[in-house]
Amino acid sequence: MKSLGKFLLFTGQLFVRRESFSTYVSLVIDECIKVGYNSLFIVTIVSVFMGAVTTIQTAYNLVSPFIPDYVISLVVRDMTVLELAPTIIAIVYAGKVGSNIAGELGTMRITEQIDALEVMGINSTSYLVLPKIIASMLMYPMLVVLSGFLCIYGGYLTSLATGIISGHDYIYGIRYEFIEFNIAFALIKAFAFAFLVASISAYKGYFTTGGALEVGKSSTAAVTNSCIAILLADYLLAQLLLG
Amino acid sequence: MIEINNIAKSFQDKEVLKGISGTFDKGKCNLIIGSSGTGKSVLLKNIVGLIKPDQGSVLYDGRDFTHAGKEMQTEIRREIGMLFQGSALFDSKNVEQNVMFPLDVLTKMSKEEKIERVNFCLKRVGLENVNSKMPSEISGGMKKRVGIARAIVNKPNYLFCDEPNSGLDPQTSMVIDELINEITKEYDITTVVVTHDMNSVIEIGEKVMFLYKGNKLWEGTNEDITDSGVSELDDFVFANRMMKKFR
Ligand SMILES: Nc1ncnc2c1ncn2[C@@H]1O[C@H](COP(=O)(O)OP(=O)(O)OP(=O)(O)O)[C@@H](O)[C@H]1O
Ligand SMILES: [Mg+2]
Repeated sequence: MKSLGKFLLFTGQLFVRRESFSTYVSLVIDECIKVGYNSLFIVTIVSVFMGAVTTIQTAYNLVSPFIPDYVISLVVRDMTVLELAPTIIAIVYAGKVGSNIAGELGTMRITEQIDALEVMGINSTSYLVLPKIIASMLMYPMLVVLSGFLCIYGGYLTSLATGIISGHDYIYGIRYEFIEFNIAFALIKAFAFAFLVASISAYKGYFTTGGALEVGKSSTAAVTNSCIAILLADYLLAQLLLG
Repeated sequence: MIEINNIAKSFQDKEVLKGISGTFDKGKCNLIIGSSGTGKSVLLKNIVGLIKPDQGSVLYDGRDFTHAGKEMQTEIRREIGMLFQGSALFDSKNVEQNVMFPLDVLTKMSKEEKIERVNFCLKRVGLENVNSKMPSEISGGMKKRVGIARAIVNKPNYLFCDEPNSGLDPQTSMVIDELINEITKEYDITTVVVTHDMNSVIEIGEKVMFLYKGNKLWEGTNEDITDSGVSELDDFVFANRMMKKFR
C-alpha cells in the first residue's frame, strides 16, 4: 500500500517542471527506437509461432463432423485479437522492455547519473521517465497490431503447410461474424499495458539503492510486478468492457 | 560565498550530521576532510540539495536555498557545477555530448557556440581529440577530467567536487587538484572539495573544515593544520609513518 502511494506520487512528478518541448521530441524518438523497433524481432517470432500453434491445437480439439472447418480460424482470430496479441505479447514486452528500463534507470541511479541531472536543476523523473512512458504508449499498440496480423498470418501459413484447413476456409473464418469492437478493446488494453510496463519498470529502476546486485533485483522485480499488473488489468478491463 | 547554518541529518535513527555551521569562500578551494564514513558526502549532498537537511539552512550568496521555492532552487542549481565521486558521466552519451549536455538543456546557445564552448572546456582540462569516445572507452582519470569539463561548461558560480582524486595515482591526483584550483582562481568561483587525501590538503587547502563523526571539530588553513591541537585531527593528518616522522 505504501509503495502504491509512492508510485502514484512518482507518476505525479512526471508532469511538473518539464524541460522544453523540443527536448522531449528527440528523447521520445530515441526511446521509440529502443522500445519499439528493437522489439520487432521478438514480437515477430512469438506472434508467428503463437498463430501456428493455436491453429494446430484448435484443429486438434475440434474433430467433429458437425463443426465446419472455418470455425478453427474464427477461434484463432478471436483468441488473437482478444488475448494473444495484447496480453501475451505484453508479457513478452515486460520481459524485454521492462527489464531494460529498470536496468538502465537503476544503473543511472547507483552511478549518480540521476543525481547529476538533479544538481543541474533538471527534473530527472520527467526527463528520464516521461519519454519512456510516451514512447511505450506510442509503440506498444503498433506492436500489438503487428502481432495480431502476424499471428493470424502464422495460422494461415500453418493451415496451408499442414492442410488441416483449406486457405479458402481459413480466410472465410477470419471474416465470419467479425466484431469491430474487439479491435478497439485490444487497443485499449494495449495502451493500458504499455503504460503499466513502462511506469512500473521505471519506478523500480528509479528507486534502486545499493549496487549492481540491486540493479539486477530491480530488473527482476520490474518484470514480475509488470506481469502481475498486466494480468490484473486484463481481468479488470475484461470485466469492465466485456462483462 | 556559501554559508551553512547548523545542518543536521539523520537516517532512520542514525545521526550522521549533528549540526554543522561554516562558510565557504569565493575564489578559494574550500576543503571538507575527514575519515571514511564521517558524513562528508552526506554534507555535500545536503549543500547541493540532493538530500534535504532535517534542520538548518544553506545560503548561496545570501539566498536561502534550503527553504526556497522550486523556482528559486532551480535557479540556484543552474549556477552549480558538480563533479561526482564516480564521475557520473551519462553512459549513453559520448564525451562531447556529455560536456554539452548542460548547455543543451539549460541554455539557448546555437550549435556552433556550444561546440566551441565544449572544445574550450575539454582543452582546459587537457583533453583533446576524445570528443567521440564513449565513457566506457576512457580511463578513470580522463573521466574525472570530462566530469570537471561538464561541471564548468555552463560557467558555474559554485563548483562542488566529491573526492576528485579517489582511485587515481598520486601524480594524476595532483594534476586534477591543480586543475580544480586553477579553475577556481581563474573564474573566481566558490569551490568546495570533499577529500580524505592529505596531499590535496597540503596542495590546495586554503580553507579546511575537519569533520569527525558528524561534528565539525576544526577549521583553518593548510598552514596551521599541523598544530591544531585537536587530537582527532592529528590522528588523521599523521596517519602514515612518513608523516609521523615529519612531525
Ligand atoms: N541514504 C542513506 N541512508 C542511510 N544511511 C546513509 C545514507 N547515506 C549515507 N548514510 C550513512 O551516513 C554515513 C556517512 O556517509 P558518507 O557517505 O557521508 O561518508 P563519507 O564521509 O563521504 O565517507 P567516504 O570518505 O568513504 O566517502 C555512513 O555511515 C552511511 O552509512
Ligand atoms: Mg563520500
